[in-house]
Amino acid sequence: MSTIGYQNWAVDLAEVSAIYPFQGYEVLMTVVGVIFWLGWHWLQFRNENEELKKNSKSVTDPKTIN
Amino acid sequence: MDSNLNALTTIFTEFYYWVTVVFMFLIHVGFCLYEVSASRRKNHMHTLMKNLMIIPLVTVTFFFFGWWIYWAFPNFPFFGGLDLAASSANTPWSDTMGTNLNDHITGVFWAAFLLFSWTAASIVSGSVIERIRSSAFWLHAILIGSVFWVIDAAWGWHYAGWMVRELGYHDAYASGVIHAIAGGYALGVLTVLGPRIGKFDDDGAPRDIPPHNPWLLTIGIFMIYTGFWGFYAACNVPIISPEIIDGQIIGSTWTATNIYLSPTSLSAITFNFLMSLSGGLMAAYIVSKGDAFWTFSGGLAGIITASAGNDLYHPMQAMLIGAIGVVFAYKLHYWVERKFKIDDAVGAVAVHGYSGFIGLVISGFVLWGSPSSPFEGYQTINPLGQLAGAIIMFGLLGFLPAYIVTRIQSSLGVLRIPKSMELSGLDFLDDELYQKSRAGIIAAEEKESDR
Repeated sequence: MSTIGYQNWAVDLAEVSAIYPFQGYEVLMTVVGVIFWLGWHWLQFRNENEELKKNSKSVTDPKTIN
Repeated sequence: MDSNLNALTTIFTEFYYWVTVVFMFLIHVGFCLYEVSASRRKNHMHTLMKNLMIIPLVTVTFFFFGWWIYWAFPNFPFFGGLDLAASSANTPWSDTMGTNLNDHITGVFWAAFLLFSWTAASIVSGSVIERIRSSAFWLHAILIGSVFWVIDAAWGWHYAGWMVRELGYHDAYASGVIHAIAGGYALGVLTVLGPRIGKFDDDGAPRDIPPHNPWLLTIGIFMIYTGFWGFYAACNVPIISPEIIDGQIIGSTWTATNIYLSPTSLSAITFNFLMSLSGGLMAAYIVSKGDAFWTFSGGLAGIITASAGNDLYHPMQAMLIGAIGVVFAYKLHYWVERKFKIDDAVGAVAVHGYSGFIGLVISGFVLWGSPSSPFEGYQTINPLGQLAGAIIMFGLLGFLPAYIVTRIQSSLGVLRIPKSMELSGLDFLDDELYQKSRAGIIAAEEKESDR
């Protein structure tokens, strides 16, 4: 068993193409990648909102002004 | 790779593009340094992060759809449908978009285009510092880096693009396809975003907000110059035979070509890169009365102005065209700033947008009647085609989408940071935490020394 389709290199390289793991699952990997990307934006947007609220509050709080 | 010559050509081309990519990384490093230096101390880290995150966000989206757009859109939507045959090998699920021993070039070619994408986004980034929300900017970075510039590249920077064929559009080193579009895009965002607090006085006169660290800024722009060399080389096909081009060229003499597969040489673009840089620096020094930062930027603007035709110009032409572009960009920058209250923190709209625009127009006259392509049936280079191209790049694909998206962001209240944050600085809370931590450490050290 080999995740890349080859267990040794006793091959004619002219006949070798893709050698990454889990060939055949490229669409699924892309879907996972897109979810990761969009999820990042969602988390970042949420965190930024919280940060801006917190910062604005701190700015107007005299205790935090040196 | 079934013959020695074929193998050598393939490996040379693969390595050639790989080296250009490494060089072009310096453009992004330079933009980061420049942008952080131009910001005030209270905004340092957020300014840096805003630019840095262009790298992953544009990279992944360029992998997901940017690269596909380049191959699918050369005639879409005005002169045909999507080219699904050519683009199928460039989808994120294609087996050539990964480790593949039958394909030695896609990854480095993809990366060369990707680095152009970072540059396009980075140009916009500098102009909007110190008041845009990072989330709002990163949406723009993806749109300019992985959508709009790629569409314009498919149309006007592809051997089969409709603008090249129908208009005779010629833009060898991207005066329009990178710089005019990015400048136009930045102007579209700035028009809605508005100026930084205090940029204009009560009478509407602009105030100068000087860079906090001129030395870091100088290193930054010199790095951009250096990376620009790599960019120029990346725009060429280093060596190719007429047989492979399969156009009108006869004989068997191999050549370097521009992106349209029209002949040029590394020698030509080396002459012209340096001469247009020099023309830009000299003109900027005079027109700005020796202002260091405008002089630095003028070198860049000189190259950008001449870039459309630097594959064919004589070095004297490159120098003079570079000089003309700088004067045009400088004057227009201050006129637009006063007239429309546009606060472009780093002069990106002028250096990239106006210079790129005028460079395209000038090249239409200087290269009038020259072939835009080695293939039959293509319009020759002409002033009208170049003017139309400049309007498409700066206005249609640059300013317009940026203006619309920024308007939407503004109406949703997700465009600009709160006024209190702008006054105190984006790094306010981080600084507070640092000061508290520092005070705690000092107190602990004093306690320890008293024991």
